[in-house]
Amino acid sequence: MKRPTEWFIERWILFNGIFSIAAVGLIFFFLTKEGFNLFKHYPLKDFLSGRQWYPISEPPKFGILPLILGSFWVTAGATLIAVPLGVASALFIAEVAKGWIKEYLKVGVEILAAIPSVVLGFVGLVTLVPMVKQMFHIPTGLTALSGAIMLAFMAMPTVVSIVEDALTAVPRSYREGSIAMGATQWQTIYRITVPAAGSGIVAGVMLGIGRVIGETMAVMMITGNAAVIPHTLLQPVRTMTATIASEMGETVQGSDHYFSLFAIGIVLFVITFIINLAADFFLHRKK
Amino acid sequence: MFAKITIDNLNLYYGSFHALKNVSMLINTNQVTAIIGPSGCGKSTLLRCINRMNEVITNVDVEGSIEIDGEDILAKGVDLRELRRKVGMVFQRPNPFPLSIFDNVAYGPWVHRIRNLKELQRRVEESLQAVGLWDALKDRLDTSALKLSSEQQQRICIARLVAARSEILLMDEPCSALDPIATAKVEELIYELKKEYTIVIVTHNMQQAARISDESGFMLLGELVEFGHTDQLFTTPQDQRTEEYITGRYG
Ligand SMILES: Nc1ncnc2c1ncn2[C@@H]1O[C@H](COP(=O)(O)OP(=O)(O)OP(=O)(O)O)[C@@H](O)[C@H]1O
Ligand SMILES: [Mg+2]
Repeated sequence: MKRPTEWFIERWILFNGIFSIAAVGLIFFFLTKEGFNLFKHYPLKDFLSGRQWYPISEPPKFGILPLILGSFWVTAGATLIAVPLGVASALFIAEVAKGWIKEYLKVGVEILAAIPSVVLGFVGLVTLVPMVKQMFHIPTGLTALSGAIMLAFMAMPTVVSIVEDALTAVPRSYREGSIAMGATQWQTIYRITVPAAGSGIVAGVMLGIGRVIGETMAVMMITGNAAVIPHTLLQPVRTMTATIASEMGETVQGSDHYFSLFAIGIVLFVITFIINLAADFFLHRKK
Repeated sequence: MFAKITIDNLNLYYGSFHALKNVSMLINTNQVTAIIGPSGCGKSTLLRCINRMNEVITNVDVEGSIEIDGEDILAKGVDLRELRRKVGMVFQRPNPFPLSIFDNVAYGPWVHRIRNLKELQRRVEESLQAVGLWDALKDRLDTSALKLSSEQQQRICIARLVAARSEILLMDEPCSALDPIATAKVEELIYELKKEYTIVIVTHNMQQAARISDESGFMLLGELVEFGHTDQLFTTPQDQRTEEYITGRYG
């Protein structure tokens, strides 16, 4: 015989679970419904592989390839910077640093995570952008590279904290066993700790990438916002997120332009979903 | 019979806590030396002095001397990696690495720069033979060592020391996580191994100490109260505190 409070708590938890699933379902439904309206008039193939994004020309062109590539370049660049730095920082914090250094670094990472992205974007705009411009002698510093560097800073805290958690969760007894066999600290990290934390490390990296792809504010401010197919990291680009954010305000509800922004949302959703799924897979693989 | 390990007037402090007090003992080659005593008396601490693992865990001050084969291992500039290869440790909870059986056993030699696959294979076979696991495991060397039973895991932990060519095996309550049958089997193994190794074992189980050791030491509050031949220590203890402990009247 269950006590009434218990019964109530159980129902309450169940209700909340169902509610959040329903909310996600509704958002997804709305997104698809609006997005698919575009494909009544505009072929999916042209949408995905079209090389021109001219949503208000006559006739409009809704080719999102430049946007996908923009997101890709910025994300790839940010990943290339954030992953090695993030994993190395996590290794340092979890395995090497001791005492107050360790505590300070952990707090530092948390502070980095707490900086609003618009602030990071602003700081990037006045410091990083001129620097990139000067360093590479290019007409503008508003490039994919600037965005990538800035986003790397945003992804780092995610990568560092998840990877550090994964490393810290590796039982002490493994490390002690290894050191007691005469292994160096580096051998222990490389052969024992990192493989033992492997799936957590991959998950941290994936979630870092997820964070980067979804980021909007900072990239809108410093990547130059030019919807052209980029050939190098030193060109201005425009990402999918920046496109949605900057154009949503100026379109007419119910127009093809409006629907196309939702369609971009679907693409983003699918990409992020796949990445999160992959992260989840790695997190739970070894259990 | 000659002393493999000579401990002389060893004192150890965890900060201001005096954990080992004037401990002196000779540990002989090819013998099993048991250390018994109530919880917290410093058995593990003493064991960890011999491979200098205390300093890995926390800051400690050590005074006195420990010589292995006539070499002072507490001296500055001692090659700790070589020391720990020579002096292997078996822990209370079996702690095989989350690697395959093969990689677990080959880890010791690998750590010490032996990377030749043929040589590693040879050592893995020989070490698993030595701990009596070869026949059972030879066909699944690439499965994870974590899938094995506790007893087999503990044997793997011994095998990896064999593979590293350790000479001294420090065992800190190696059977306390095992059931009685597994314990008996591991004791048998220890008895076998003593032909080749010098073994120091910490145990809470006095029957075990009596069964497998040649010499025994009784510790109390950081002091080595009594040290001598096992039969003597258990039948005619010289110190009253030892007698109280082995007859179960202590504490
Ligand atoms: N890292 C440490 N820092 C401070 N004090 C410690 C540390 N490790 C052990 N001690 C103290 O030193 C004393 C001896 O500890 P030790 O672990 O060597 O005892 P033990 O005889 O092995 O006990 P047990 O039978 O419970 O394993 C204990 O009083 C313990 O509290
Ligand atoms: Mg102990």
